[in-house]
Amino acid sequence: MSLRKSHELHERRFSRNLGVGLTLAAFIVIIFGLTIVKVSGTNFNMAPQEVQN
Amino acid sequence: MSDASINASQVTAPAHADEASFGDYFALLKPRVMSLVVFTALVGLLAAPVSVHPFVGFCAILFIAIGGGASGALNMWWDADIDRVMKRTKGRPIPAGKVQEGEALSLGLALSGLSVIMLGLATNWFAGAFLAFTIFFYVVVYTMWLKRSTPQNIVIGGAAGAFPPVIGWVAATGTMSIEPWLMFALTFMWTPPHFWALALFMRSDYDDAGVPMLTVTHGRRATRWHILVYTALLATLAVGTAFSGIGGPIYLTVAVVMNALFLRGAWQISRRTEEDSEADNFKVERSFFKLSLLYLFLHFGAILVEALLKPYGLGGWS
Repeated sequence: MSLRKSHELHERRFSRNLGVGLTLAAFIVIIFGLTIVKVSGTNFNMAPQEVQN
Repeated sequence: MSDASINASQVTAPAHADEASFGDYFALLKPRVMSLVVFTALVGLLAAPVSVHPFVGFCAILFIAIGGGASGALNMWWDADIDRVMKRTKGRPIPAGKVQEGEALSLGLALSGLSVIMLGLATNWFAGAFLAFTIFFYVVVYTMWLKRSTPQNIVIGGAAGAFPPVIGWVAATGTMSIEPWLMFALTFMWTPPHFWALALFMRSDYDDAGVPMLTVTHGRRATRWHILVYTALLATLAVGTAFSGIGGPIYLTVAVVMNALFLRGAWQISRRTEEDSEADNFKVERSFFKLSLLYLFLHFGAILVEALLKPYGLGGWS
């Protein structure tokens, strides 16, 4: 069975779903960006046991 | 097509017409109020005497804005009954039948939790806790308690809208000092004359909804005098702020000009009778309301300019 539009609901809610999708994608980018900034920051220290390993 | 499907489409068609779009959910967050939150929080963050990584600063403002939006959604959930009565709010997503009350509650609660946690993780937990308190204050203290029980609703409730610059400052520094509280006081004292002017020319709205605005409980003459007294107090505070750590010659110039205009408007409002106002369709009250928007924008804009010039040795009094 192929993945295809099976109901008019998909067309009707396309803009709403697109909005939610883009919002979630933006949230992922923010989390990723924050992680990079925090890890690159001068006050970021690894836990002692991780340093030993 | 079977008869059954024809009947089904006929039955469901009106429901589709009222279906919420993404924009309707966004409208629950009160984007216009959010723009004020973003601007004042940004000024608080940039006026702080520490540097913040631009991306962290961007995230801090974003999460403060989302927290403000979440409290807007919770406000619309609680106030759905009076929003249906007032002309100004009839078009909101819940009274318009686009969004269910439960959806607004869920969205508000989810975004509240998300914004507080993310602000705490992005900056510091003091800022996160402050945002949580602000949402609590706006939703529980103002919306649920004060708004329908006291004519001082706007005065005390205005504190909720005044917290964003403090949160911005705390997000940057992790500590508290007098300067963010001066920005808080500026917005806090500005809120009553701003809303009372609105209440004067949106006259039937609050009456119809049974909200005890000062115009309803103490009369319109008393409201006019309240606007003048609060504007005089605001002017003292606003000009005095020029001599603090966030002030400077640019801010002082803006404050003197804007407060002179604002005091003039408040004086005119206090002198007018209802007959005067009705004769010109509340022209003076309407222009005072418009001026109040420019007033706040220019004061915070001047604080921002002073802060941005400081690295070049130009901002402030030094």
